[in-house]
Amino acid sequence: MMRLELVKRPQRSALFSMLSPFIAFALTIIAGAVLFALLGVNPLNAFKIYFIEPISQVWQLHELAIKAAPLILIAVGLSVCYKANIWNIGAEGQFIFGAIFGSIIPVLFPQFEGPLVLPLMLLLGMVGGAAYAAIPALLKTRFNTNEILTSLMLVYVAQLFLDWLVRGPWRDPQGHGFPQTIQFSDSATLPELMPDAGRANWGFVFALVAAVLIWILMGRMLKGFEVRVLGSSPRAGRFAGFGLNRMVFFAFLLSGALAGLAGISEVSGAIGQLQPVISPGYGFTAIIVAFLGRLNPLGIIAAGLVLALTYLGGEAVQSALGISDKVARVFQGMLLFFVLGCDTFIHYRIRLIGLALTKPDGAAKLEAAPKLKEAR
Amino acid sequence: MDITVNILLTIATAATPLLIAAIGELVVERSGVLNLGVEGMMIMGAVGGFGAGYLTGSPWIGLLAAIVMGALFSLLFAVMTLSLATNQVATGLSLTLLGLGLSGMIGTSFVGQPGVRLPNLDIPGLSSIPVLGKLLFGQDPVFYISIALTAAVMWFLFKTRTGLTLRSIGDSHTSAHALGIKVIRYRYLAVIFGGACAGLAGGHLSLVYTPQWVENMSAGRGWIALALVVFASWRPWRVLAGAYIFGAVWIGQLHAQAFGIPVPSQMLSSLPYLATVVVLVLISRNKRLTMMNTPASLGQPFVPDR
Repeated sequence: MMRLELVKRPQRSALFSMLSPFIAFALTIIAGAVLFALLGVNPLNAFKIYFIEPISQVWQLHELAIKAAPLILIAVGLSVCYKANIWNIGAEGQFIFGAIFGSIIPVLFPQFEGPLVLPLMLLLGMVGGAAYAAIPALLKTRFNTNEILTSLMLVYVAQLFLDWLVRGPWRDPQGHGFPQTIQFSDSATLPELMPDAGRANWGFVFALVAAVLIWILMGRMLKGFEVRVLGSSPRAGRFAGFGLNRMVFFAFLLSGALAGLAGISEVSGAIGQLQPVISPGYGFTAIIVAFLGRLNPLGIIAAGLVLALTYLGGEAVQSALGISDKVARVFQGMLLFFVLGCDTFIHYRIRLIGLALTKPDGAAKLEAAPKLKEAR
Repeated sequence: MDITVNILLTIATAATPLLIAAIGELVVERSGVLNLGVEGMMIMGAVGGFGAGYLTGSPWIGLLAAIVMGALFSLLFAVMTLSLATNQVATGLSLTLLGLGLSGMIGTSFVGQPGVRLPNLDIPGLSSIPVLGKLLFGQDPVFYISIALTAAVMWFLFKTRTGLTLRSIGDSHTSAHALGIKVIRYRYLAVIFGGACAGLAGGHLSLVYTPQWVENMSAGRGWIALALVVFASWRPWRVLAGAYIFGAVWIGQLHAQAFGIPVPSQMLSSLPYLATVVVLVLISRNKRLTMMNTPASLGQPFVPDR
């Protein structure tokens, strides 16, 4: 019988640390080729439609930016949580509440116009997302309740709440019974960056700015150090005087505010009104973005663009080849699996035991042996 | 009287998938592994079960396919977390995301197709006893499996040597390993058992509860099952009680919607999720009790030191 054995590396491999997202992407492509072949489609042709055609014209790059913006915004917030070993997986709900809070002004006070409207909406969006994220944070710090389950349950509640709003009190009376709010006025609409070239709006700029700010926070400031210490060793963090409860609130409020900003940006930018469904699962896909970007804000920008492409590609193969656009979700799921798997190689070497019992790699053994002794 | 019996029957039907999935996850967590992929394994079981039932016309083959599908899907999680020592939370999440996507893709052609339903038990004479007959002898086969499974897991965990070993691994994998127990092998088996259970629960959804395929038809039940395990402080009989309470909430809100109670239907629909949060808060506020019951090495990756 063959068996895998993990051998701890003396120190983390810098090489694999860099390469692992790329290896993961390559493995996803291979698995995707098998998947397309199983569906009876020529993989090369499918990949051309999936990965190349959706970004071959300028206006399409704008669409990519529209999809990437919420993913990046949410994922940089989540990366802080995950670095601190705090598991906010309810970003989808915080995204929705950000959108709802931000829409208060254009829906309830449509006569209020002017340059103040948009900043207020964005601010309210961040408040809404942060407030919704504060619930699991409060429950975790006050009652020791598992934040994974509570933050996730609140996603379902948020979706139902939005559904009620747009079918009930916030429905556009002139909307012919469609479940949607009124169209936002011009002063409540996020402007496009280059209206002549495509639809991309300021949301993408927010995403880039947020990523850089968080990158500075995590790499250059004490708070970032605190996050990392509490994440890798809560005990050491306690001795250093870092409060775990404060960190839970910080991480949740920050990620909630960014998810809320993503929500209001999406609604006031790409959609222009509230509808029963305003997100194709951005809050969940952002989890994948965070990990693919190695929880590093700059990596997350790249990862966000890649995952945005999987959405566009999914739509493209659906219209061109008649394959369900669910294929996008499959790609995203596989990508996360491979990233997590590849990350193992950063800390471990893998040895096959069993058939290879006769000859393990002699050189590697010689090299590892003295170091092991030192470690003991 | 008839109405009461019918309500009790629907509660049992709503509780059964929660119970089965939670019992499976309980065994997994008792071995020290946290698999957050229950929702994904459940939905894969549902699509596999519906598909096999639809293609062969036999609900029993469908049920078997659901179990196999759940088990195979959990194997993916096992290889990742046990052999490659990946982060269990992240891997479980990705299992759920992959399951939701994959099931949606597989199920595209099943949408709107009529499914097959597992027939209810019907014992001549016994099933027609008023009131008790229907409740005890007239339910769907998976209901009986769920009760038997709960009893079996209770007996296994607390009355057998292997069960004791499994629990000891969950409490301290390093000590168990030092005693020569094959930690990884036990955990593989536990995870696959949990996957089979989640698959069976999914099969119940698409072969008994609503015999058709609807995308995302598990609707968060996998997550509620995870919450049930915490609620039950890792004890099988409390999982049984919890599953029936949640079944009652689920059915209660459906009935309230049907009666046209002047409360928005969305608010009623969100009750099961809100109830989960409330229950989790109530159970976890007693910090000492939770600490005492939680398997001590839950969620921690284990790499044998050779």
